[in-house]
Amino acid sequence: MTKSLNRREFIKIAGIGAGGFAAGASALHAWNPFQIDPTQIASSGIPGVTPTYCEICFWKCAGWVHKKDNEPWKIVGNPDDPHSNGRFCPRGTGGLGAYTDPDRLKTPLIRVEERGKQVFREATWDEAFDYITDKMNLIKEKWGPECVALFTHGSGGDYFKNLIKAYGSNNIAAPSYAQCRGPREEAYVLTFGEAVGSPERTDMQNSKCIVLIGSHIGENMHNGQVQEFTEAVAAGATVITVDPRFSTAASKSKYWLPIKPSTDLALLLAWINVIIEEELYDKDYVEKYTYGFQQLKESVKNNTPEWAYPITTIKPHIIRETAREMAKNAPATIVHPGRHVTWYGDDTQRVRAGAILNALLGSWGRRGGFYSQVKAKVKSPALPPYPKPKKDWKDAFPGKYPLANLAISQGICDATIPSVERDCSFKGWFVYGTNLLMTLPQPKKTLEAIQNLELLVVVDILPAEITGYADVILPECTYLERYDDLRVSAGRVANVALRAPAFEPKYDTKPAYWMARELALRLNLGEYFPYEKIEDYLEYRLKSIGSSLDEMKKLGVKQLPSDQNSLYFLEGEDFEFYTPTGKIELYSTQLANAGFDPIPQYTAHEEPGEGYYRLLYGRAPMHTFGRTANNPNLADLMDENEVWINPKVAKEWGIRHRDYIILENQDGIKSAKIRAKVTERIRHDCVYMVHGFGHSQKQMRRSFNKGANDSDLISKINVDPIMGGTGMRVNFVTFRREVA
Amino acid sequence: MRYAMAIDTKRCVGCSDCVVACQTENNVPTGYCRDWIVEDMAGQYPELHLEIRSERCNHCEDAPCVRCCPTSASHVVEGGVVLVDHDDCIGCKACIASCPYDARFVHPKGYVDKCTFCIHRVREGKKPACVSVCPTHAMIFGDLDDKNSDISKALRTRQHKTLIPEAGTRPHVYYLL
Repeated sequence: MTKSLNRREFIKIAGIGAGGFAAGASALHAWNPFQIDPTQIASSGIPGVTPTYCEICFWKCAGWVHKKDNEPWKIVGNPDDPHSNGRFCPRGTGGLGAYTDPDRLKTPLIRVEERGKQVFREATWDEAFDYITDKMNLIKEKWGPECVALFTHGSGGDYFKNLIKAYGSNNIAAPSYAQCRGPREEAYVLTFGEAVGSPERTDMQNSKCIVLIGSHIGENMHNGQVQEFTEAVAAGATVITVDPRFSTAASKSKYWLPIKPSTDLALLLAWINVIIEEELYDKDYVEKYTYGFQQLKESVKNNTPEWAYPITTIKPHIIRETAREMAKNAPATIVHPGRHVTWYGDDTQRVRAGAILNALLGSWGRRGGFYSQVKAKVKSPALPPYPKPKKDWKDAFPGKYPLANLAISQGICDATIPSVERDCSFKGWFVYGTNLLMTLPQPKKTLEAIQNLELLVVVDILPAEITGYADVILPECTYLERYDDLRVSAGRVANVALRAPAFEPKYDTKPAYWMARELALRLNLGEYFPYEKIEDYLEYRLKSIGSSLDEMKKLGVKQLPSDQNSLYFLEGEDFEFYTPTGKIELYSTQLANAGFDPIPQYTAHEEPGEGYYRLLYGRAPMHTFGRTANNPNLADLMDENEVWINPKVAKEWGIRHRDYIILENQDGIKSAKIRAKVTERIRHDCVYMVHGFGHSQKQMRRSFNKGANDSDLISKINVDPIMGGTGMRVNFVTFRREVA
Repeated sequence: MRYAMAIDTKRCVGCSDCVVACQTENNVPTGYCRDWIVEDMAGQYPELHLEIRSERCNHCEDAPCVRCCPTSASHVVEGGVVLVDHDDCIGCKACIASCPYDARFVHPKGYVDKCTFCIHRVREGKKPACVSVCPTHAMIFGDLDDKNSDISKALRTRQHKTLIPEAGTRPHVYYLL
């Protein structure tokens, strides 16, 4: 095995593309076999073709933007791109809609009435920047720079990260951590010493058995992953899908286990029990690489399939049969780590149970399990050191979330609301590319926090709900109208991709790079943005890999040479994991030290009362969160969400298929009207809806008032005590007839 | 030469990429589509079966739309591809009424429109837009008269069906089961 697997993989979330690697350029000694002769690229040399990588979701597939008669025409995948293999998903294919959307923000705006009243005046960029820098100087002077926080999701957020750090704060939160995959990354770091990362290091294309725990691949259109999943299915892999809903993935599965929601951990422990009791685990692997097997065996001895049956409603013989199926195909069996895993508040422990199962099956570091990604090494220009912040968000919560590696969004929200218990209150927020009112649970709390701010700057493309509360709105141009930092990707092959502007920015919109730099100059922080033009910054980085902007405009994607000799462990290879014991920790010494269960234990979660149903939510393949609901191309494919209801339940309530109804949660909060999808594809004790609809913002004309917003109904959360993730599947709803 | 398409229902996840790729490739106006996704559910919880299909004009060998067209706007070109000549179409909708697959619509500009198997691309040696974009490789396009084409191989080795065979139109879009 290569040494690179042994390097601590710091948890990277959302848009960490900037920064790159300062060292290691010496590894680029030889040109790689994958290097492409630019003259062989079909798309290069065709006038009106520009390379980009997609910004409609975080998968960031690279492709080509085509024009016809100088008009925008289509976007197609780049065959050399490992994220997409030349095939975009519907969102990427429909990405032009982000550019053509007539509802886009068109000019900087400054608020003139109280927050939320949505009365703004058009402003020049100078006015907007002066307003912001005056407030930033005031906050710095009065409360300290640490009282400014950044929420970010997307490529352009990196420049604002640089700005905020240079200003003196490290309070940078990405909802993709505490509201999404944070527990997964922490669970894998605790177990294997490394995170799963994005795109995931799952080797599904070689898997013979795939276990999905609530992961609805195919409905979540994480492109490369969906491609690998279907390749495995076509090759005859056994798929075991655990989901209260008959998802698309479930329909491709040999086994669908319609589990009672919130009990997944019991099933995982029962599987571990069977694998150990029937001695189906990889004995050599467990012996050589793991720590704490005896403690694990002792811990799960009572978690038999018979124990799990009344909890999960999955029959004992099915639990045994599926466990044997996993073992039979091991190590080419993968218990998929999932992605959005903030469900019940014990999510780190649940995901860790899956990680332990993978360890017992010997699938980490093995073909068909998890592979070791080849890292790209691209230099970034050296910047002056950032000032050292005197305090951060953790100081607001002494002793809480000891194992959180990144700032948690709702923590910053909480710490913005003044409290007698803490002295750290945030005074300024930058919000880049994330619609916090739909992204975070408990939107009421978010609004309360906002009312306590001295400054709220929102950078967005659309007049999303959060813009209505901003003091200053900075309209960004779309990804099709700007350069951005390189997409630097790890994977089976390390690679970089270029995003170049295909069109001039529409309206008075600007790229985030320019905005952040202009603000830095006004704050006397210009030394942190040494390049006036981003093209020069890109040239610097590209030079370190022997490339240039000119070459990248012809290639779009460049695959880099590897110094890693295998994607998998070699036979009998010695390996030191980046955990305290140097082993895969079945028994987590870090969790034990922090006072948590060192081996996952099942605890029952609250259940819905009479007449209430657990609210589950998920994704549709043609939409990304709420940010695409207004895209003309994508709204055309799906313009509202539906609530899935089991026919027996619907009959009890007299709800017919396609009726409009209203959902009311346990706290009496009502949803907007939403259509009922009466379907056998869901259990009787839960309902399901696609997230990202029910926009309340009139300025987004296509998506306004279409469907319901699940975030409104998530007024309760169970916070993961280990890392602060917000478990959101703990809300229950009942049905109300639409009031005309 | 007989062009045909096969959709692998085992691979298709119903993501609608084929729909939006067709719309952008062919400038189909918002609100209209030449291809679409059907989810066919059977069974009762928990014994369920879901078939997902990408559907479009079947380019029938015995096409009722061509037979009933009063102006010959609906016509057949190489490979058995059924097209509509936009200039000759008077928008009478006889073809729409005759199509068992509901594959045609009236374009806002007044003529009848539908899938062309992207013949403009096929003539350049490319695959139709929907086929070339499909992330799960669920679609196969090719010549049934070429025994070595991917589609001939797929139909030889895989169980398959056509839609509404009882209409007797001999459709050229197949579904692999």
